[in-house]
Amino acid sequence: MSGGRKIGEVILAVENVSLAFGGVKALSGVSFDVREHEVRAIIGPNGAGKSSMLNVINGVYHPQQGTIRLRGREFHDMDPHEVALAGIARTFQNLALFKGMSVLDNIMTGRNLRMRTNLLLQALRIGPAAREEMVHREAVERIIDFLEIQAWRKTPVGRLPYGLQKRVDLGRALAMEPSVLLLDEPMAGMNVEEKQDMCRFILDVNDHFGTTIVLIEHDMSVVMDISDRVVVLDYGKKIGDGTPAEVRGNQAVIDAYLGVSH
Amino acid sequence: MAVDIRTFDTFPKLLAHHAQVRGALPAIREKDLGVWQTWTWGRLNDEVRALACGLAAHGLKRGAHLAIVGDNRPRLYAAMCAAQCLGAVPVPLYQDAVATEMAFPIQNADIGFAMAEDQEQVDKLLEVLPTCPSLKRIYFDDPRGLRHYAQPELSSYEQLQEVGREFDAKNPGFFDAEVARGLGADTAAMFFTSGTTGNPKGVVLTHTALVDRAHAAALMEGLGDSDVVLAYLPPAWIGQNIFSYAQPFVTGYCICCPESAETVMADMREIGPTYYFAPPRVLEALLTTVSIRMEDAGSLKRKMYGYFMDVARRVGAKILDGEQVAAGDRLLYRLGDVFVYGPLRNVLGMSRVRVAYTAGEAIGPDLFVFYRSIGINLKQLYGSTETSVFVCIQPNGQVKPDTVGPAVPGVELKFTPQRELLIRSPGLFKEYYKNPQATADAKDAEGWFHTGDAGYFDPDGHLKIIDRVKDVGALTDGTLFAPKYIENKLKFFPYIREAVAFGHAKDKVCVFINFDMEAVGNWAERHNLPYTGYVDLASRDEVCDLVASCIEKVNLDLSQDPELANSQIHRFLILHKELDADDGELTRTRKVRRGYIGERYLPLVEALYAGRDSVHIEVQVRYEDGRTGNVSADLKIRDVKTFPAAAAKRAA
Repeated sequence: MSGGRKIGEVILAVENVSLAFGGVKALSGVSFDVREHEVRAIIGPNGAGKSSMLNVINGVYHPQQGTIRLRGREFHDMDPHEVALAGIARTFQNLALFKGMSVLDNIMTGRNLRMRTNLLLQALRIGPAAREEMVHREAVERIIDFLEIQAWRKTPVGRLPYGLQKRVDLGRALAMEPSVLLLDEPMAGMNVEEKQDMCRFILDVNDHFGTTIVLIEHDMSVVMDISDRVVVLDYGKKIGDGTPAEVRGNQAVIDAYLGVSH
Repeated sequence: MAVDIRTFDTFPKLLAHHAQVRGALPAIREKDLGVWQTWTWGRLNDEVRALACGLAAHGLKRGAHLAIVGDNRPRLYAAMCAAQCLGAVPVPLYQDAVATEMAFPIQNADIGFAMAEDQEQVDKLLEVLPTCPSLKRIYFDDPRGLRHYAQPELSSYEQLQEVGREFDAKNPGFFDAEVARGLGADTAAMFFTSGTTGNPKGVVLTHTALVDRAHAAALMEGLGDSDVVLAYLPPAWIGQNIFSYAQPFVTGYCICCPESAETVMADMREIGPTYYFAPPRVLEALLTTVSIRMEDAGSLKRKMYGYFMDVARRVGAKILDGEQVAAGDRLLYRLGDVFVYGPLRNVLGMSRVRVAYTAGEAIGPDLFVFYRSIGINLKQLYGSTETSVFVCIQPNGQVKPDTVGPAVPGVELKFTPQRELLIRSPGLFKEYYKNPQATADAKDAEGWFHTGDAGYFDPDGHLKIIDRVKDVGALTDGTLFAPKYIENKLKFFPYIREAVAFGHAKDKVCVFINFDMEAVGNWAERHNLPYTGYVDLASRDEVCDLVASCIEKVNLDLSQDPELANSQIHRFLILHKELDADDGELTRTRKVRRGYIGERYLPLVEALYAGRDSVHIEVQVRYEDGRTGNVSADLKIRDVKTFPAAAAKRAA
């Protein structure tokens, strides 16, 4: 499936990260790495700390302990804006799209980071701003084509079915041309067909743009099918790490997922 | 404007002609990345030349077959023409067929080359590859997802053209010589007909047949190079192929390929085609969309729409046909055109449509008249794959909802004593591929094609198709009995979902009715009629009255036709359950299995003809989980008013 895609060096390294909210330990001493161009999944039962982990990488939470390195460069206390500038984009579990705006405009917001002209020029659409808009519009159109959402280009996002909104959310993240893409439960709440479509898009993104993908997912079958390596969390601790086959055979993982009689 | 089709008797010659005469005019447009991209005739010619040389270099021989698998795409049409340049035969296959369905045509026609649209189609071809040893090369248009495919059979469109350009440079005279070698009598294309029973049949059509028919129809409608068509139906279907390949090649008009199947409506508005084709189901879906949006509109708009649509219904079609209409109505219609019809045509993307066709199945008169009344020149045509489509077309100004018009110039029509329509036309097919038996059955020694359709000419000489010959019967007094014709007339009422007509070898026509639960349920609510379900509604006198009123209208309609006046419906009953494919009463495509129903409900049929008022029935039904149960009910039988045969009287 991964064909000619070359998995490269470690691009993102999480070392010994711990995060607590008051007395609640969301993450304790979690370490793992993500290699360039791979699809890396983080799985675990409810409340295992998956979303917290993503939020830590994303700069929404700052861990009390541990470090995160992107391409060897350690980053501390970066806010989400800076993380985005460093080339990490994300989608959200509960969608955070602008419901009243069209699909096109929503994806265009993802280009914002790459716009160089100032607000005034953009508002008046003069000089370099008009030229720049053309360039960005083309990039957005490529994404629309890629995700096969041409028919809804000008539809307000709020009017679209959930599965399509998820696709728009992915599109907006892609518009940033990230080197690492974080997907928070991209398949939650979808039917089987929508899930298959989404899997195809994730693999296509990975293959076509060479984007490194870190995804959180509940649906075990999906994860096993599309990821290269899997991290398993339970109660904020890492209990497994390896290829899907290795993880599937791991006793601690089986216990966590299926329960164990004590 | 019109080209000389005796000089330019093949599609490649026509292409060369257009490239010379109108090289800078648009030939094909495709929407890509949100912008319409244009290929001029000159560009198309260049693309075809490179492709043809590439195919020649890869060994495509005169008479060999090239499969075309995909949606309407400029490059696929270019590939069709490229094959024809070499004297090879393009075979368009349905892009939504599953892999196993593709195996038969490929094996049957020994297809060695295929041009596929994208990964989806390539996957299907690769899947059938082990069972189709003849298939040697697969080319693809869109490389997305195909980067890691290492199969030796695969190469991209660009790679093929690359090979072609090299070949062309080394053999400069080759391409033009190959095109010049082509003759009108050569096979131009092969279309597989869907074939409801057994394997599909490959219909072989020559250049002369396709070019001649495309030319005749274009001449009749005055089509020219300023016309525009939206290509949105499967190109493997002869109809789409005529409108988006044969006719543009004859007249030089431009075809537009929509961005995707979902964007057809929006693309149509942007393009504003002048020449349009749609099967009845598409027209119906469009009308439904309009109706739903109108119901959501504000009350002022709704009232305006209601009022002006009434005006249109009264005089719109007459104005389009150029008949006399009172000055007041004419003025009202003008007003309506400004406020309602014009904007409506615009929403439908039909503002510029000069000629629109519908065909393929019977179209409801209300639906047909709706489009005509708002000023769209929608017409019916009759034809099939075997006849290169154009057999009959309704001429402007002589459009009737229930005929398909007189024969197109060049076509001869006659009927057998069994009323089967026979056709002789320059557009007839050459043969069914590798199937001499079927060819001999369909085409007799004198060159008449046996359509299997039953019909007759109305007093104005317009062809009226009523049913398949094998289904047509006769009443005991010898009157023609066309069950499907009667059933279709009933089904055009929104309240009636299915109808089964009986009458063959009987003294009168009687029908079973299934009403439409949603429509009648709605109707019942509006009339404060409480009910529990289908069976309950079926036993209500009010519902019987409603159905009877629909049948009466059909009878009135039938009485106008001297041939069919005696086959008016005398009695009916409403079935106690909906006909279901699970019980074997319908086919999977929802066609009524009349014979089986007649046997299964024999007591009901007998009761209809015995003149009783009600009948008790008990039948076994199969539930969706596979269990069976019994349903019993008392069904009412009602008489319906019939009308004296109006036209027959006049004749007498």
